[in-house]
Order: sequence, then C-alpha cells, then structure tokens
Amino acid sequence: MFAYLKQPDARETVTIEFEGRALAVREGDTVAAALLASGVDIFRSTPVSESPRGPWCMMGGCFDCLLEIDGVPNRQGCQITVSEGMTVIRQQGARRISP
Amino acid sequence: MRTIPLAIIGAGPAGMAAAATAARYGLKPVLFDEQPAPGGQIYRALESTPLRRPELLGEDYWHGKSLVQALRDGAIDYRPGHTVWQLNRDGEVGLLAGDRAELIRAERIVLATGAQERPFPIPGWTLPGVMGAGAAQVLLKTSGVAAQAPLVLAGSGPLLYLVAAQYSRAGAAVAAILETTPRENFRHAAGHIGGAVKGWRYLRKGLSLLKELKRAGIRHEHQVTELHAEGNGRLQHVRWRTAARPDVWQQCDATTLLLHHGVVPNVQMTRALGGEHDWSEAQLCWCPRRDSLGRSDIEGFFIAGDGGGIGGAKSAALQGELAALAALASLDLLDDVALHRETAPRHRALASELAIRPFLDALYRPGDRWRRPADEVIVCRCEEVSAGEVRRVAKLGCSGPNQMKSFTRCGMGPCQGRLCGLTVSEILAEETGQSIEQTGYYRLRPPFKPITLGQMASAADGTDYGQRQQQGSTAVVTEKASS
Amino acid sequence: MANYDFAVVGGGLVGSAIAYGLCSSGHRVAVLDEGDVAYRASRGNFGLVWVQSKGLGMPNYSDWSQSSSRLWLELAPELKALTGIDVQHRRPGGVHLCHTEQDWLARRETLNRLAGQTQGSFRFEMLDHQALAALVPAIGGDVFGASWTEMDGHANPLYLLRALHAGIAHRGGHYLQGSAVRWVHRDGSGFRLKRDSGDVLCGSVILAAGLGNRGLAEQVGLEAPLAPNRGEVLITERVAPLLELPTTYLRQTGEGSLQIGDSHEDVGMNDGTRTAVLADIASRALRAFPRLKDVRIVRSWGALRVMTPDGCPIYQASETHPGAYLACCHSGVTLAAVHAKRLAPWISGSACPEEIIPLTAERFHVRVPETA
Repeated sequence: MFAYLKQPDARETVTIEFEGRALAVREGDTVAAALLASGVDIFRSTPVSESPRGPWCMMGGCFDCLLEIDGVPNRQGCQITVSEGMTVIRQQGARRISP
Repeated sequence: MRTIPLAIIGAGPAGMAAAATAARYGLKPVLFDEQPAPGGQIYRALESTPLRRPELLGEDYWHGKSLVQALRDGAIDYRPGHTVWQLNRDGEVGLLAGDRAELIRAERIVLATGAQERPFPIPGWTLPGVMGAGAAQVLLKTSGVAAQAPLVLAGSGPLLYLVAAQYSRAGAAVAAILETTPRENFRHAAGHIGGAVKGWRYLRKGLSLLKELKRAGIRHEHQVTELHAEGNGRLQHVRWRTAARPDVWQQCDATTLLLHHGVVPNVQMTRALGGEHDWSEAQLCWCPRRDSLGRSDIEGFFIAGDGGGIGGAKSAALQGELAALAALASLDLLDDVALHRETAPRHRALASELAIRPFLDALYRPGDRWRRPADEVIVCRCEEVSAGEVRRVAKLGCSGPNQMKSFTRCGMGPCQGRLCGLTVSEILAEETGQSIEQTGYYRLRPPFKPITLGQMASAADGTDYGQRQQQGSTAVVTEKASS
Repeated sequence: MANYDFAVVGGGLVGSAIAYGLCSSGHRVAVLDEGDVAYRASRGNFGLVWVQSKGLGMPNYSDWSQSSSRLWLELAPELKALTGIDVQHRRPGGVHLCHTEQDWLARRETLNRLAGQTQGSFRFEMLDHQALAALVPAIGGDVFGASWTEMDGHANPLYLLRALHAGIAHRGGHYLQGSAVRWVHRDGSGFRLKRDSGDVLCGSVILAAGLGNRGLAEQVGLEAPLAPNRGEVLITERVAPLLELPTTYLRQTGEGSLQIGDSHEDVGMNDGTRTAVLADIASRALRAFPRLKDVRIVRSWGALRVMTPDGCPIYQASETHPGAYLACCHSGVTLAAVHAKRLAPWISGSACPEEIIPLTAERFHVRVPETA
C-alpha cells in the first residue's frame, strides 16, 4: 500500500473516477501514481490466467499497470497523466473490441 | 519525410548532456523523450517534484539541475512525450506523440536510452505489491508517494540503500532490508580495492548511507539465500532464509516488497537495429558495441550513457558529451584538432568516474540462484512462462532464445522481453552448456512500444513532420495498391 | 560416427513434418538444423491451413492441399495425444475478402476455373456482404463479399513446430541443432553430410532446408530453383474472441492475438523491413475491419518465403544419387499433414502419392504453367 507523504504539497487536487469511486489526487501525477497513492494495488488481471497484477516498473517498460482509461483499454497507467473527470477502470483480462 | 541533422533519444543525463554539447556548437539537436519532463529516471521530475527539502532526495539528485535547465533556453529542440517506436539503419525514426504517429529521418542519432532494473524473478514476484525499487523511487520523486508499513526491501546494490535512506528521511517506515549479496562477493570486490580508493567519494557515500540506515534502526538481514513473496491475490508476507540459518524460514508481514539487483542497459533499440552486443561478465548484461567516443558499429548511430554499459549518472553525462562531439565531427562541424581538445579532458574525467565500477560490479553481483531461478518461478511476466518451461524446451534441443520464444511464447508479450530476456539467455546457456554469447538474445523488431493499427496505418503517409506539428493534422489512412 | 537410416536437412516445418513421419516406422532418423539465429521461415508463417486458390494451372497441387486439409484432422489430435501440445488446429472454413464487386467477380472467375481444373474436387461458395457478415460479424460495411470454402482452416505454426520436434523425440528421432550442412557426399550406398561439428552418415538424405536447398540440391543431382519472397506480419495485443474464421490476411490466434499480414499465396510482399510496408498491412486490415483501429500492435515479424517459379512445391527423388530427396515449398503448415503422412512413407519405400508425380523440378524445363 502506498500513500502521499504527509508534507506540504502545493499541487492542485484533481478528481478522477476509479471503478465508479471518486478519488482526489494531485495534479501532474500519472494515473498509476494516483491510484497507488489512493490505496489501489490491483490494476488488472492478466489475459493468460486472469491473475491480479499491479505496477512493477513505473517507467513504461513492464506493461503490468494496464488500465482502461476514458474508455480506451490496455493503456499504461504509469505513462498517462491524470486529468479532471478522467474515468479509470481495471483492465480485466483480454481487451474487448467495440463495434 | 523531414530530415534533421541530429536526433537524440532519451532525456536523461546522457541525452541532455549530448544535446547541450551539440547546441554549444550551433547545431540545434532534436531531443526526443518518452516522459513528460526531462531528467531520465535518475533526475526524474527534478523541476516538479513535490519533495522540495533538498536533503530528502539527496545532493546527487539535485546535481541534475544544470542539465535540465539547459533544455529550457531554446538552443535545443526538446520534445517531451515523444515515444520512439521504430528505428532503422537509414535513420528513420518512428515517433508517437499523443495519438499521432509520424516518421522523420535523422542523419545522426545518439541513443541515450539508459538502463532498466535487472529482472528479479522469485516466487511471487508477479503479486500486486511487489515492485522494483526503482519504481518506488519514481513514485517518491514524481508524486511524493511512499509505501506504507509494513514495507520490505530486498536485493543488493546502492539504489536499495538509497531508497531505504530516502524513505527514512521522509518519515516512512522500513520494516526490513533483506540483503542478498553473497559472502564471496566481498572477497572478489577486495581485489578491486584500488579502484574503490580512486573512487573514494562514492565509497564514502555508500558507507554513509549504510551508517544512516543503521542509525535509523532498520532491521538489516544479510546473505539472504532464498526469498518468497506470498499472499492471496496480493502480497501479504515475505519469507526468506539466510546462509547463517539455512534451515529456518523467517517471515515478515509486508504489503510492499521492493526488489533490486542493480540496473542493466536498455538494449531494445540497439538490438532491433542489429548492432553487435557483447556480454559483460562483470556486469552480467549485454552491452551494445561502441568505441571510446560512443560510436556504434552502425553508421550514424552513437550510444551514450548506461544504455551502453552501466556507469552511473555522471559517467552518462560525460559519455553524452563525447557522443555529441563524435557526431559533430562526423558531420564536419568539428575538426580533428578540436575533437581531440574537447574529448581528452572528458576521457580523463570519465576514467576517474568509472574507477570504482569494477569494485561495485564485483560487490553487488547477484548470485546465480537469483538470475537462474527454480523451475516453478515465472520468468516471463507477460505470457506467464516459468523457468521450468524454458528448461523443458532446452531439453528438446532448443538451443537459443528465439526458438525457445516461438515454442513457449516467452518474451512475446507487450514488454518484448525486457523482463525476461536476461534470465532466459542465462537459463538456456546453463542448460545447453553453451556460452552466453553462443546462446544469444531475442531478435527484436519494431514497434518498441505498442502502437495502434490506426497509428501504424497513418505513420508512413509522408506528411512533413514540421507541417504536421504546426497544423496538428489528424492521421490519414493511406491506401496503397498492394502488389 | 553417427549413422542414420534417414537424415533430414532442415528442422523447420517441412523437414520436421517429414522426419516425424519417417520416425513412425521405426527408422533411425536425424534432423539436422541450424542454430538459433538461422533464418527460419517457419517462425514467420502465418498459420493458415489453406486450400482456396491453390493449384490454379496445377490441379495436383490443389488435390495435395485438400488431402492435407483432411489429414490435418488426424495429425492435430495425434500430436496432442503424443506430446500434450495443442497445435490449435481449427477448420471452420476460411474467407478470401473481396473489397469491390470487380474483385468479387474476378475471384469467382478464378475459383471457377480451379474447380473445373480439379474436376470438382475443389468446392467453394461466393458470399455476398450479408452472407459474409453472418460468418464474420466483425467485418466492415464496405467489404463487398468473399469466397469461402469449408476446406480452409488454421493452426498455430509455432506450436506445430514444437509439437513436431517433441513428436520426433518421442518417437526416438534425433534432433541435431547447430548442424548447418556444408556439403553432401556420396559414401558407399549412402551419404556423408559435412557439418562444422563433424560428419553425419546416413542411408538416405532429405533436403528440406528451405532456401538453403539451393546450394545443396545440385550436390545430389537435383535442382532447386528457389527465390526468397519476403512477407511481413503484424501481431496485436490479445483481444477477446472476435474472429472465428481465418481470412487470407487476418486471423485470430488461439491466444487472442490478431495476426495480420499477407497470405502466402496471393500477394507477394517484396520489402518487409520498411515502415511503409507495415503501414500498408495495417491499412488493409482497417479497410476490412475498421473497428480494429485502436487495437495495439505488439510485435512485427518478417520472413522469407521459399518460392518456386510457379509457387507450387517441388518433390523429387534423385536419379543420379539414389536415396537423395528434395522437398521445397512455402506452405509448411498447410502441407504438414501430407508431409508427415504421405510424403514420408514414399521416402521410406511406399508408392509415390499420385498428386505429386508432376511436382518435380522437371516441369520448369517443359512448360510454363499459369499461376499457382
């Protein structure tokens, strides 16, 4: 489990929605950092065995932080910055293709 | 396709220093970086980190300030948020910026793609809550986010101590450090003590970090020989054994386990370009071949920084400068006399920076058991292939990683072998009795990072890069007659 | 020195299928393969078990492919039972997409000719858009129609190769990697194969070394007029089930990845390494399936097809060097079943399968057939 350090932080608060729940996070954070800081540790389940995964590298290399962000599946949470009103859900198994 | 004289890929210390050097000679280089802000991993979020108390991240971090500032004075065309997904020997660079894919051509390319953490395959390393120590550092630097107790760190190497120290300075509790450094490493490292003495500043820093951790009262277990991450759906506890008490499993609750066994060059691009790579027995990794000026064996390509072999941030910056000078010389923007005048002092500085490396490499060399895990351990996180499966196909007569990959899907996922490649080569070499050079590595191809079919379709439509940048034109799907 | 009844030069799909077949009759069989970085068409194979449009101007080739399509229904379960490896063979039929009415009419004309030439053994149907959409619901609205035959299917070429290697091992065959054959000499009534790692002796030698056959065939009085033909494949992230039927350039694998590229018989790609080619493949896929626009490509692959002048296989026994055989083809997946179950028995002494009698290289000296 992760959390923001208790210390002065001048950054603005941004509200995103994760699995239907509003999360107050900090401007400039990546989605992965914001979710971890909000106590989320499971980001996805794998398409191979549906086992749960969370971020491993936080630098764009491991693809374990995949999420569905604003309706687009399989996005790297550690490479995308949060924005007001963003909706995020876990990436469950293989992505679907909408018509 | 627009052609530019010099492209630099990666805005860590090597890339930033290369860009500043080229700019000093009046050439405006284009510096592409995947991240939204400069600094690479080492100086990550230097301009924006919420951790403003300088002592928190330490002086080595803030050392990057001048390099980052140089990007902001207009002499460098710095392009953050640009992912390079394709490169070829003609200098074609495939870029992805936001949703837009495009191609440009560069006459000279400096690859400054840095390092990644060495894979650390143990039972349970895929559980949520188990991460690289580098990931924790990124979270700390960029967001002021830290793991909550109970937290365990395991592995070996300076970064492990640094993260522990940064955490303790920030008031975050560390339950234990499980040190995996084997006893014989101290004896081997002692053989390189001369270099350590030359690099006494690094030695002193390391010792003071260890002292800091001791003062903070952090539990420090030594010579850990086995380590399991366990939990139901997420990490719940860590179990380990040590050389001192080989028959006793010790256990500690943990919601976060940070693993670290040093860093290795990120070779995705140099591999895809088909450059020669040599196995470094000292650093236990592949290093793309380059000369003392960073010239690779591929015409027009230069390699700077940890992407060519691990040397640390200051070496990387010096190598960035050297590579830029070599690129300038190859573009006839610098004559031989000036080249020598500029490079000689940098070579001396580099030699002094690197003096401690053999000592560090020997001291923090991960033991065999950590690099060639037991059969049940997953080595390919993407396709969930175990070490045992790799050994099974080796017994079928499969001698190299490419046949193995096609038989098992190991290395076929989106990370393209970044987290299994080293492990697989080492396991196969052991199984077949071949050397690791004979065993080889995955043959990599673009895209280096996934791009969508729509982006790929629009990538080659020939629209001028600069124009597209100005107009922000949307992707156009080309319809070419197929033969 | 090792001595084998049969030595198969080449451990790709063609050589492995033949060796697998030879092993079943209790012979001492060796497969001589190159090392890990050897060029290997089998790794770039698209994975179709395909009959449509094969053999135009050479109906025997159509019959041979049809026979393989049928024998695949035995081969796949047999490999599963023997090795535990599911090679993901499915035969749901396959479609060749026609984007315009003109394409569709031309296709119908071509396949009608093929049906005529094969005296009706090749059967197909032309589908209009509606009929196509019923079979392939993901199809884009602009596709005019398709040709369809129940004989088509697909399999995982990589698992097939692994299963064949495992099957060879199970049946007592020997797989010798790092065994590039430099020279083939006659030795008594058999052959001596020169490798860097020492010689191998054998009674019969089967050349199945893909493009490598070019240099070897002439050493045993045969001819392998082959040219490389490069193809490129894009592979996407895994997606939920979308396509049951394979098409000539897009199929969904058992793992859920979409594999996109050009089929091995209809379109020749000449340059596989340029982004322009990859972009073209992506464009063509989107033309047929616009909904795939946001699907991510995670890998690309390129391979050289082993092409004969007419695109049909070459199988030949040497007259000057009895016991030497040549097998050249670019359809290593489609033909795997006949290679294992009909070609191998011929090599070990049974009668020559009727379909392949005209498929020697002699045909290139007699006449120039139409296209494959």
